[in-house]
Amino acid sequence: MGRKLLLEHINVPGINTFDVYRSKGGYASVEKALKTLTPEEVVEEVKKSGLRGRGGAGFPTGMKWSFLAKPEGVARYLVCNADESEPGTFKDRYLMTYIPHLLIEGMIVASYALGAKTSYIYVRGEMMPQIRILERAIAEAKNAGFLGKNILGTGYDLELYVQPGGGAYICGEETALLESLEGKRGNPRIKPPFPAIAGLYGCPTVVNNVESIAAVVPIINDGGDEYAKLGIGRSTGTKLISAGGNLKKPGVYEIDLGLPVEEFLYSDEYCGGIANGKRLKAVVAGGSSVPILPANLFMKTINNEPRLMSYESLADGGFVSGTMMGSGGFIAYDEDQCIVRNTWNFARFYSHESCGQCSPCREGTGWMEKVLHRLENGQGKMSDMDLLVDVSKKIEGNTICPLGDAAAWPVASAIRHFRDEFEWHVTNASTAITRNYGIAHYADPLVIAEKAG
Amino acid sequence: MLKVEHTNEPVEFSGALVNLIAEKISRYPEGKQKSALLPVLHDVQAERGWLSVPAMDKVAEYLKIEPIEVYEVASFYTMYFLRPQGKFVLEVCRTSPCCLVGAEKIMDHLEQKLGVKEGEVTADGLFSWRGVECLAACGFGPVLQIGPEYTFYENLTNESVDQLISDLTAKANN
Repeated sequence: MGRKLLLEHINVPGINTFDVYRSKGGYASVEKALKTLTPEEVVEEVKKSGLRGRGGAGFPTGMKWSFLAKPEGVARYLVCNADESEPGTFKDRYLMTYIPHLLIEGMIVASYALGAKTSYIYVRGEMMPQIRILERAIAEAKNAGFLGKNILGTGYDLELYVQPGGGAYICGEETALLESLEGKRGNPRIKPPFPAIAGLYGCPTVVNNVESIAAVVPIINDGGDEYAKLGIGRSTGTKLISAGGNLKKPGVYEIDLGLPVEEFLYSDEYCGGIANGKRLKAVVAGGSSVPILPANLFMKTINNEPRLMSYESLADGGFVSGTMMGSGGFIAYDEDQCIVRNTWNFARFYSHESCGQCSPCREGTGWMEKVLHRLENGQGKMSDMDLLVDVSKKIEGNTICPLGDAAAWPVASAIRHFRDEFEWHVTNASTAITRNYGIAHYADPLVIAEKAG
Repeated sequence: MLKVEHTNEPVEFSGALVNLIAEKISRYPEGKQKSALLPVLHDVQAERGWLSVPAMDKVAEYLKIEPIEVYEVASFYTMYFLRPQGKFVLEVCRTSPCCLVGAEKIMDHLEQKLGVKEGEVTADGLFSWRGVECLAACGFGPVLQIGPEYTFYENLTNESVDQLISDLTAKANN
């Protein structure tokens, strides 16, 4: 069993209160950082840890922090991205619900490292219960002297506020989030300038995911080098995986990066296998935006090596036979699921959530949704698959923010790996409305090419 | 197409709401009170059920911004209602992970049970329902939420939905 860094005390009764959290060693990293480390030393520990952004992009957190501009007399901001909206991902909701003080503790240490005097946690508006939980936790921490003026007598001041969103997936994109926090529509900004130079109110700003901020706590407590010992290669530390879909035991799991995907899927310690004794058909490994893989390509890399839950191993094979770690939103599909319907569902999501700023995304996501809808409903044509790939290629890379890519990849990968099933929807239109294609040959073991000589 | 209900009803915010607005504004630097717009719209909707044009105009006055700045935000985000809704708005997650475990059947059941289509209000004014995109609870689907507290109901079945509706009906009639 892997070591738990974030969820170690998640089952302790009352851990959502300050007193119990404190009695389990909570807020030790604030004492250590503020009393014994300079802000630069905190940044250095995070750099050493190799922590990569847990929101989806996987950019090294310490490096992001070190890019922050520090002009004299200009305020700096830390904004926590708790807009968790990527289909398949629910780890941040879990963490904020059950162990809110871990996020508050991380926010204090990170704000100190960045020199922020006011920080915001931007929580998606639908999570009003979590907003109330966080506000209560903030009040408790403030009462105990960990927030407000002159924290622990060190002279460091910090105010922390929770900001609700209004219901928009796009606000998980960091510049759209900043626009929203300024009271505007969530239209992503053109970069550069990056938020590290001109972010909230035009001031230098760092935006980090909930899990990234929480990971700062064990990094400061144990040291960056200790954290980097966990995991594999450039995928250091632990990662929260949100496991959903047709699994025996869906839920949030903290894994050491590098865990074999087979163990994650089938061992009783984690997902416990596919629900109802069914077989696995496909997996979306990192949230709806990453390419979907058929079971055989997911379990093994193209060299027939076991695939691991790490940034590198999941991406092995590129988009031909690999996928991405993304936000860790793990969705399992059993043999009864329809890939065409699922792809249409995702396409509808992106069409609904496109902010409308860039034409390729605004128009293209709507077209893909319509074409997939007719395929799913027995009105498709054989030319539709090429049409979808063509539209997806024209969105990809042609938009201000990554929502365009996120909309294009699930469609392109579904057609790449499940083209037979899409064609079956055209050639057997009436049957396709009443039953699913099933698993076909996709779950078969990989054919190993014979080596010459 | 966005539908906005027009009304000229005079709008009066309660003293509690006015205090909430002032507290929200205090969270941002001097001159950045527009940042309070999203939180304030939630507060106004919680008190009034939906956002009428006169209510949005009043928000603009409190935040010292133009009314159009309020309209463009209220119409961009999905959580703000620009038309009257049922007392309880049941919002069911309709995105893939929830559909894998039966969200579509739950929505069919809701439509039958309440006797109204998505977005419509029941004759007694108590309920409306709609499908919404991923609510970040994929491991506990199917799920629905009910504002303004956004209480969450997980692992839904037809039976649990029936129970919820009768509980809410009883609550409204007491």
